[in-house]
Amino acid sequence: MLIGKVIGDVVATQKSPSHVGRKILLIQPLNLDGTDRGEPVLALDAVDAGAGDRVLLVSEGFSAMTAVGRPNSPIDMAVVGVIDAVTLSGEEV
Amino acid sequence: MQLGRIIGNVVCTAKNPSLVGHKLLLVQPIDRHGRDRGKVFVAVDSVGAGAGETIYWCRGKEASFPFLPGDVPTEATIVGIVDSVNIQRP
Repeated sequence: MLIGKVIGDVVATQKSPSHVGRKILLIQPLNLDGTDRGEPVLALDAVDAGAGDRVLLVSEGFSAMTAVGRPNSPIDMAVVGVIDAVTLSGEEV
Repeated sequence: MQLGRIIGNVVCTAKNPSLVGHKLLLVQPIDRHGRDRGKVFVAVDSVGAGAGETIYWCRGKEASFPFLPGDVPTEATIVGIVDSVNIQRP
């Protein structure tokens, strides 16, 4: 799983039926120091996250489908948690 | 999933029988501002996407799931046509 920040969303009218009713969030994966880790990705929302939230991201199909509750769907990433705090060696980051 | 733009298509006469009837499209991955990034690849279409459209695509085993119960051998499938990208980062 990855840590990321919600930086926006995508609107799509024509899409896989399994994506209907779920927000498509634009997530910037982050390093522990808060810097960007690669390019932003699209993930379906399973926890009602919003812009600016630091979130927990799964980047594998089975876990993403399970989180969203849509088995056998073309979903390879999902947001599975909104992060309250991350502690590294006793210090919050 | 990731953002991309359709820049062309691929035609194969001889192909896996499970691919018959499916469009093969050339996808240029793009960033959130619509700029090209990375290399072009071929993806199977599941939503009726066409040239020039901004789309998002799914990779891996999950890419074949739009075609269930068929077993389409694809590792990248276009699963949505993007109307708009809203960026809310300051």
